[in-house]
Amino acid sequence: MNIMSEAAVEKALDKKMNDISYKMIGKDVSVYYGDKRALYDVNLNVRENTVTALIGPSGCGKSTFLRTLNRMNDTIEGCRVTGRITLDTDDIYDPNIDVVELRARVGMVFQKPNPFPKSIYENVAYGPRIHGLAKAKADMDGIVESSLQKAGLWNEVKDRLHEGGTGLSGGQQQRLCIARAVAVSPEVILMDEPCSALDPIATAKVEELIHELRANFTIVIVTHSMQQAARVSQRTAMFHLGNLVEENDTDKMFTNPDDQRTQDYIMGRFG
Amino acid sequence: MSQVSTSPSMAALGATAKPERRDIGLRGRYAAERRFRLYGMAAIAFGLVFLFLLLFSVVSKGYTAFQQSMITIPVEFSEQIIDKDNERATNPQKLVSANYPVVARNALAKVLGVSEDDRQGLRAINGMISDSVRTQLRDLVTADPSIIGTTRTVSFLAHGDLDSAFKGQIDLSVAENNRKISDKQIGWMNQLAESGALAKHFNTGIFVNGASSRPEAAGVGVAAVGSLYMMLIVLVLALPIGVAASIYLEEFAPKNRFTDLIEVNINNLAAVPSIVYGLLGLAVFVNFAGFPRSASLVGGLVLTLMTLPTIIIATRSALKAVPPSIRAAALGLGASKMQTVFHHVLPLAMPGILTGTIIGLAHALGETAPLLLIGMVAFVADIPSTPLEPATALPVQIYMWANEAERAFVERTSGAIIILLIFLILMNVGAILLRRRFERRW
Amino acid sequence: MSISFLLLIVAIIGVAGYLIGSWRANALAGGKLSSLHSRPGYYGSYVAVWSMLPAVVVLLVWIVASPIYISSTVRAGFPEEVKATSQAEQNLGYNMISAIARGLRVLAPEEREAIFKDGSTARTVLAGKGVPLAADPAPYMLTSADSLNRMSQASSTFLAIVVVLTALAGAVFSYRVIAPKFRARNRVEGVMLVGLIAASSIAILTTVGIVASMLTEAVHFFNRVPAWEFFFGTVWDPRFAAAGSTDSSGQFGLIPLLAGTLYIGFVAMLVAVPVGLFAAIYMSEYASRHVRSVAKPLLEVLAGIPTIVYGFFALVTVGPFLRDLSAQLSGLVTGDYSNFIQAQSVLTAGFVMGIMLIPYVSSLSDDIITAVPRALRDGSLGLGATRSETIKRVILPAALPGIVGALLMTASRAVGETMIVVLAAGVAARIQINPFEPMTTVTVKIVSQLTGDLEFTSPQTLVAFALGITLFVITLCLNIYALYIVRKYREQYE
Repeated sequence: MNIMSEAAVEKALDKKMNDISYKMIGKDVSVYYGDKRALYDVNLNVRENTVTALIGPSGCGKSTFLRTLNRMNDTIEGCRVTGRITLDTDDIYDPNIDVVELRARVGMVFQKPNPFPKSIYENVAYGPRIHGLAKAKADMDGIVESSLQKAGLWNEVKDRLHEGGTGLSGGQQQRLCIARAVAVSPEVILMDEPCSALDPIATAKVEELIHELRANFTIVIVTHSMQQAARVSQRTAMFHLGNLVEENDTDKMFTNPDDQRTQDYIMGRFG
Repeated sequence: MSQVSTSPSMAALGATAKPERRDIGLRGRYAAERRFRLYGMAAIAFGLVFLFLLLFSVVSKGYTAFQQSMITIPVEFSEQIIDKDNERATNPQKLVSANYPVVARNALAKVLGVSEDDRQGLRAINGMISDSVRTQLRDLVTADPSIIGTTRTVSFLAHGDLDSAFKGQIDLSVAENNRKISDKQIGWMNQLAESGALAKHFNTGIFVNGASSRPEAAGVGVAAVGSLYMMLIVLVLALPIGVAASIYLEEFAPKNRFTDLIEVNINNLAAVPSIVYGLLGLAVFVNFAGFPRSASLVGGLVLTLMTLPTIIIATRSALKAVPPSIRAAALGLGASKMQTVFHHVLPLAMPGILTGTIIGLAHALGETAPLLLIGMVAFVADIPSTPLEPATALPVQIYMWANEAERAFVERTSGAIIILLIFLILMNVGAILLRRRFERRW
Repeated sequence: MSISFLLLIVAIIGVAGYLIGSWRANALAGGKLSSLHSRPGYYGSYVAVWSMLPAVVVLLVWIVASPIYISSTVRAGFPEEVKATSQAEQNLGYNMISAIARGLRVLAPEEREAIFKDGSTARTVLAGKGVPLAADPAPYMLTSADSLNRMSQASSTFLAIVVVLTALAGAVFSYRVIAPKFRARNRVEGVMLVGLIAASSIAILTTVGIVASMLTEAVHFFNRVPAWEFFFGTVWDPRFAAAGSTDSSGQFGLIPLLAGTLYIGFVAMLVAVPVGLFAAIYMSEYASRHVRSVAKPLLEVLAGIPTIVYGFFALVTVGPFLRDLSAQLSGLVTGDYSNFIQAQSVLTAGFVMGIMLIPYVSSLSDDIITAVPRALRDGSLGLGATRSETIKRVILPAALPGIVGALLMTASRAVGETMIVVLAAGVAARIQINPFEPMTTVTVKIVSQLTGDLEFTSPQTLVAFALGITLFVITLCLNIYALYIVRKYREQYE
């Protein structure tokens, strides 16, 4: 309990000092897989209604950090997280926190589109249904429609809502997964390389979508593509070998980074 | 590059002469190759030939069991024989214990023109009628006593030996003393067949009757009902328990000593000889818990324990086949682990689980040894109305008939095997269709 | 009140609890479902679990405990002279009392009174009601039976009250706990998880049950017959089990049975191993997809045929065929048309069992051969080796440990097989080496000792459990070793 209030105080102080509202605060976050350490004392804050891009070479820990934000790491055996991460004022690793509730607040979109082998409608409706967000059929219809609209998929699928979600193209599937995440009305959406399995046109659509979603959601995105980070994000964090190298405004990061390693990476010297 | 030579010869162009071919024993090696291949084909052929022989042997011996010789003649329900002193009004027991075989015998003697004084002839005629005629006529009379004194046309079963002879299964070239049916009876048989009084009919008795010491009246009815009870018990117990166990082991169990132990355990249980399960059932369910012996309940419990490992192994591989991305997607939406499993993983694994269950049930249906030990080798004539009553099972019935000496029982046994195999084929085809229809490639 | 009626009441309370719980959650949410921690259904389920689970547990405990309590109370009420008699005699008396009690329950009141007036009529009156008694009841038995009846009556009334109260208490308690922030889903899922764990521990319980039940009975056996006489005895002659007799007049030597088991299993393996192995090799290395798709399922049909069918096949087809064949052969050679192969023989049983085992060998080896990495195969073929050379020199040696494991598993099946040997191997327990003569196996003797009347005190019955545990240990060892080998083999190629 002490920890929580401490976190709250810290957050309040942060807010006061910088007049920036942080949605999630990561403090000294370390992750171990068994004996192997994957993340070293990362301190990274996620700003509200902002797109934060996590970049860095493969195996740098950016995906690991992303998965700590909604405790998807819990599903990996032998994985241990230390440090503190807060969502608003809640310490998300507090034993009293219900992980299910957390994930309803911090949604996730995965690298490969993974629609359930059910109809498009059922895919979107599943989340609201288990969380009891709709009371009547009409409410559910509304949620499904608005989610699909937010995901820019409505016009393409409105006539075949009850056909299988797996029959869509890769890009459509990924936008369906985003619609599915949006339908739960999370506060934060985590995206783990959402475009890596998509072609350029589908990628452009998803990027556009991310841009629009920013108005309502806080977004953290892991990406391999520097261009993508530059296009979609306002803040960028660079990871290397499990360490957070630098976190900055995206514009500054890509023009005049503070850290030598960032510069090298962006220039393509390693990666 | 200077042109040294203008000669067009190949050698000069740098091509070497074709080298002497090395002898690498190709002929012999290819011969060995062909032989090896042949062995393989022979092995498969051997297996298939015996599969065919087995089925052929059973079907050729058993298809006749689905036909039964019936004698259809006018029968006089003589008051003289049934109720000489007319006491049926005061003593209904009289109608139950009357000498009905004589009624049938006299009727047949009349048709064949044998005098009622020809004792030897009458005895021979007796040997042509099934003993089951006693209960058949008795039931007719007790249901409607007014038929006493009238003559009705009745169809009744021919004796098992006559049935065999009529189906041509008795070698008539054997000396008369060494076969079960005399020349005189054969003559009568032909006479009856010509007049149409003796004919083969579809044998419904084999499906509905219970045990009988007379092959012509014996059927698998009791056994089929017993097997049905046991299959239901296995389905109701083994499927939910097996699926629950698999879900725990596959989706929730931490990797530790305990789950390792369960793991090894299940693999071993799948390989424990079935007869050991029979010993377990006898010691625990019958001797310790005091369940009734010979009851389908005990049989069902034993078969449940025996089938569980099969179902668990099938279910676990079906659960494993569901890609982890489905789980990640549901978890990422804030579904709890339990919701993820029951809403997404389990429905997707269901076809695989059901296929495995059907195959497990098919094995249980054909299992004999454990049932012998818990006393299901019993002479049960009446169809059990609850799983607590004594019953037999299809394979056990086959075992009991296989031990009978009479020729007609070989036919019955094969017929029962055909029935059992048809059930098994239906179940397996069901499993295959299920797999084809719902199989999902990821 | 009958148990099933009681269960029905509990179920009704549970359903009502579910409805009330859901309704309460809805009411608390006041139209804003997201203010609840869980969906209303989970609150309902929580109440339902609390109403039903404790009540059912109480019910089960009562069902087990109450007969024990009643029995000990009734026994305590026995007259002193009866208490002085042996335990077995007291048991007999108690059985009679419970029979009388069963009878008393179906009697009309005036018949009851008649019995209590004159105990000597009890036997005939009760027999008329379908309750036969072994002897005329002693006077104390009638009163004991009456008090037994009264006690079980009271017990069942009491049980009904306690169970219904428990259900209601559970419902009320859980209903009061409901609050918007209460984590009903987690609680319900916790209960579900416990259920799942319980289901998987049944696997363990089965093994424990097998070992414990067989060990207890086997220990009873070894109390009568010394273990070394069993394990090293060369004569099997159990004699008949005379009812009630506890002397071990028979001889219980395991060796002849074990010899028969191993001999028949050996013959079966002689048939199954080459055929199955070659079939597997052909299937995995040569056969076209088309042939494979036909031949493989057909061979697997052999595995789906119940063993009783094989037994019958051996009994009526293979056995007589071999017998007649041997008669013809000996006629051709010596002119004496007497058969030298018995219809029931090691050969018949072993041969048919071998056919049954073909699909086991072939499908197990097929899996193992296909697990050999492609690179090994290509390496050998690339050097100019023929297919058969590749198979013989590269694939089989690489797959050997796995194949040995597969064969051990098959062997354990051969050892435990029952129905074929029961019908085709014969019942004569002897040690000899002629495959044309009948021999018998452990499984045959288990069956023959346990069919018919059982007397759980006679060594003739108990020996079956000693045989059973021997069989269990043998197959267990074979399987564990086989699994170990196969697992090692798999790791090698992963």
